[in-house]
Amino acid sequence: MQPDSLSFIFLNAFLINNFVLALFLGLCPFVGVSQKLETAVPMGIAVIVVMFVASVCAYAINLVLVRFGIEYLRLISYIAVIASAVQLVEMTIKKFSPTLFRMLGIYLPLITTNCAILGMALFQTFNDYSFGQSLIYSLGAGAGFTLALTLMAGLREKLQLANLPDSATAAAISFMLAGLLSLTFMGFAGLGS
Amino acid sequence: MAPVSNGEDTPRFDNLTSGVWRENPVFITLLGLCPSLAVSNTAVNSLAMGLASAFVLLGSTFLISLLRNAIPKQVRIASYIIIIATFVTVVDYAIHAISLELYNALGAFIQLIVVNCMILGRCEAHASKNRLPKAMVNALGTGAGFTLALFMVGSIREILGFGTFFGVSLFGAGFQTWAIFILPPGGFIVLSLWLLLFSYIERRRAANTGHIAGGAHAT
Repeated sequence: MQPDSLSFIFLNAFLINNFVLALFLGLCPFVGVSQKLETAVPMGIAVIVVMFVASVCAYAINLVLVRFGIEYLRLISYIAVIASAVQLVEMTIKKFSPTLFRMLGIYLPLITTNCAILGMALFQTFNDYSFGQSLIYSLGAGAGFTLALTLMAGLREKLQLANLPDSATAAAISFMLAGLLSLTFMGFAGLGS
Repeated sequence: MAPVSNGEDTPRFDNLTSGVWRENPVFITLLGLCPSLAVSNTAVNSLAMGLASAFVLLGSTFLISLLRNAIPKQVRIASYIIIIATFVTVVDYAIHAISLELYNALGAFIQLIVVNCMILGRCEAHASKNRLPKAMVNALGTGAGFTLALFMVGSIREILGFGTFFGVSLFGAGFQTWAIFILPPGGFIVLSLWLLLFSYIERRRAANTGHIAGGAHAT
């Protein structure tokens, strides 16, 4: 596969350099929202939507910043754009699907401080992706986040039945599981060559 | 044990130490985990990341504590983020100027300090409610605790993964390095082991003090 082909960019963000398990982005929701599958899946979908919107906005903003030579404002404008994108997505969902809105609840506003979103926007800028590549990259990153969150939630539901030592708190055992998952995902590293 | 926040404006020693140990941002409250794992594959990187975050925390605490009566409640989170982003941009350019090697090793994660929930959490929970000296002392303690935690994760990963400590070889040429510890899974596993150790110590201490307190009650 060509390194800049669309399918490779998607696979790269989805599996090879999975945002959670290889790049350590978005760990707070990964640990916080992965107790049950029924919260993990809507959270993942919300992240995919926000990432897509943020990717479009970040691409447009970067064009403006480069045009006027004010790249030092990149970080401030990106974070402002992401915060407004989250607000916009929240209002849209509230208007068109109140059911989904109630399902996501508190997790929607929290997406603003999810470093996976800002990370995705920064990486697409650093990699000089074209508009189409940026969109595919954001979809792959969102899908990868959802995949990791869903896998983790499934594992933690099984963990309820396991017999653990007293000192093994939920956080410690989650990170051990994440380490094993991450080890598994390293197997995808050969996929790119 | 003295209460953490007693409403007094004078900074106490307790304000400084609570961030380092009892409310350590990484090990106890589990905030700011992304940078603590992503760039902690060597002691130098983790120390640089910790110091950069601590600087951003101190700077934004200083501004937010000064401006806490000027910022309207409704837009406070947005204002905090803008203030934090400003300091992160300063740090980003400073590291770029000081050491290009370090800048390349840390990569986008310097800019990602802006979404470090440890910093926003401290600003929201402490700097916006306290006078300057107390807020600064607390930020200093939390920054030190964060740096220490990153350093603890980073040193273990470097010692086991490279067989070195700050680039100095520890075990001689025959040492078989555990490459897994400098790869992503190692970050998760080392942090998990530290968390297990902390929770074990905490349980032991709780059991001991509980025993003593129970005895005192009985008499």
